[in-house]
Amino acid sequence: MSILVFVEDWNGAYKKASFEAVAYAKSWATMNGNRVIAVTNTSAPAGELAGYGADHIIQIGLGSTAMGIAGQLKELSAEVSGIVIAGTSLGRSLAPALSALTGGALSTNTISLPLSVSPLQVKRGAFSSKGIETIELNNDMPIVSFVPNSIGLEPVAGEGNLERREVSSNDALEVLSTEVASGKVALPEAEAVVSAGRGLKGPENWGMIEELADVLGAATACSKPVSDIGWRPHSEHVGQTGIQVNPNLYIAIGISGAIQHLAGVSASKTIVVVNTDPEAPFFKAADYGIVGDAFEVVPKLVNALRAFKAAS
Amino acid sequence: MDLLCTHSNLGANHNPTMNILVCISHVPDTTAKINFTADGTALDPAGVQFVINPYDEFGLTKALHVKEAQGGTITVINVGPATTEPTLRKALAIGADKAVRIDATPMDAITVAKELKNHISANSYDLIICGQESIDYNGQQVPAMLAALLEQPFANACVGLSLDNGTATATSEIDGGHATYKASLPMVIGGKKGLVEEKDLRIPNMRGIMSARTKPLEVVPATEGEGPTKPVSFEKPAGKAAVKMVDAENVDELVRLLHEEAKAI
Ligand SMILES: Cc1cc2nc3c(=O)[nH]c(=O)nc-3n(C[C@H](O)[C@H](O)[C@H](O)COP(=O)(O)OP(=O)(O)OC[C@H]3O[C@@H](n4cnc5c(N)ncnc54)[C@H](O)[C@@H]3O)c2cc1C
Ligand SMILES: Nc1ncnc2c1ncn2[C@@H]1O[C@H](COP(=O)(O)O)[C@@H](O)[C@H]1O
Repeated sequence: MSILVFVEDWNGAYKKASFEAVAYAKSWATMNGNRVIAVTNTSAPAGELAGYGADHIIQIGLGSTAMGIAGQLKELSAEVSGIVIAGTSLGRSLAPALSALTGGALSTNTISLPLSVSPLQVKRGAFSSKGIETIELNNDMPIVSFVPNSIGLEPVAGEGNLERREVSSNDALEVLSTEVASGKVALPEAEAVVSAGRGLKGPENWGMIEELADVLGAATACSKPVSDIGWRPHSEHVGQTGIQVNPNLYIAIGISGAIQHLAGVSASKTIVVVNTDPEAPFFKAADYGIVGDAFEVVPKLVNALRAFKAAS
Repeated sequence: MDLLCTHSNLGANHNPTMNILVCISHVPDTTAKINFTADGTALDPAGVQFVINPYDEFGLTKALHVKEAQGGTITVINVGPATTEPTLRKALAIGADKAVRIDATPMDAITVAKELKNHISANSYDLIICGQESIDYNGQQVPAMLAALLEQPFANACVGLSLDNGTATATSEIDGGHATYKASLPMVIGGKKGLVEEKDLRIPNMRGIMSARTKPLEVVPATEGEGPTKPVSFEKPAGKAAVKMVDAENVDELVRLLHEEAKAI
């Protein structure tokens, strides 16, 4: 039997979360002597997947929608005892659709490797990071969708045998167009996020936030009121009712730290808060804090980071 | 027929009236402190106020906009025990026409999706609006499962929806941008802020609250058994160590800590 892993690509290369997915599948497979079958679109070099543990790589022409791909993966899942999908925007539709089509028990928002394999138990985030649930998937083809960045990458060699297959894809949903900002780091997958709030006073002041994000290779984000007033696009709104992030580094500038904001960012590994108000609730959730005016601190931080990058 | 009816000068009134289902989950208020029962196997509801899932508020208001533009009926539905009825009544007060509660205490999303599917198969809906996610168990599962079970098109993270004579154009957030989809109704959407603007969200007014009392709230027995997943235990995340404060004049120290201690850069 095998663990099947879905490998998503991005502009012709693999998504970083896809390597994490293969590594996840390898860890799971190792626990019960299984092999890892990676299913991928045709465009990227297959060899890279073997470096994270793919034993068998199936290249197929994937459909363009979650439902279409779910049907294809179902076709490939006959001899499979588990499935791993990264919780990207596509994965978050694909995993439940596949679960409904195959009957495989599902854990989404998963933040741990398997705690045990039969039955499968994993930990998942619940109550917007205010709780952690241990869930049991009692079924012969459990499906795990994990939060990108929550597992980490362990290179382990797999056999890397390659096969091409044709599996047709059907979906009544027609894709009219897609627009993706090029060059920008996608928020849910970002390793570092620079986020700013109402303390920044107006949209014209975001230049320094973008500079800071630039030095760090970070994505930019904002608090909810900032996107509500239209200073920043809705797609940058993080929090309980926005995008949930868990980067290695989250820098919050001029954000008070309301409970709804924290609910979407508190899983970040290291949190830095810059705020003029020493009583701002965000400091309680932070690892490092600076009480100070963003307009003074941020430019200094940009310079200090540039100097650090130049020296290292 | 299609050609004539989609011709712009015929206007929105020529759209068919819509039978819309809005799936509502009943969740702790966003400000709620979350505690678990002493044995750690469930949420402790003591002191927690429950509300309409914030994502579903956008869906309900969208349904009202569609109804106002082209006529129709809005049904709200919840799969849950009797304690969710105040949430359904609130949805009626906001403007839904009728409510259905499927009487179950579901342990997983697939059970909810199957119950919803059974109801939908017995009643025909033109549009099924879910929220992208319930903020309780953060599943993001029910809508896609439901679409797959119904074999209907599905647009998730939907931030824009327009309807034209039985055809939907949906805009969805995808990683790093947007996608625009076209599908024939019926379809399922997983909606969020953007479907309608936050300032347009409806809240109950006095007349709505009064009329909600007499609107139908039908209770239907559950048909599905237990699903394949079960919660084993819940815990709270480990608390953070105390924050380290760095002087605003000494950002080099922050850079050093981020590099050497946190290994974050
Ligand atoms: C149902 C619901 C859902 C919600 N969901 C979310 C969500 O998902 N995400 C979210 O973010 N919010 C959410 N909120 C809103 C949340 O409650 C807060 O209102 C919001 O997070 C506050 O944003 P803010 O910190 O940018 O603004 P404010 O609360 O106004 O804070 C601004 C901060 O900037 C500081 N400041 C001012 N000037 C400076 C300066 N020069 N330099 C440095 N600091 C400065 C101030 O001291 C203050 O702490 C939600 C609310 C509700 C009711
Ligand atoms: N018990 C339920 N009853 C009715 N609809 C639900 C229920 N649970 C979830 N939903 C719908 O599915 C959406 C996503 O929920 P979830 O999959 O639980 O994150 C919600 O926004 C609701 O529209």
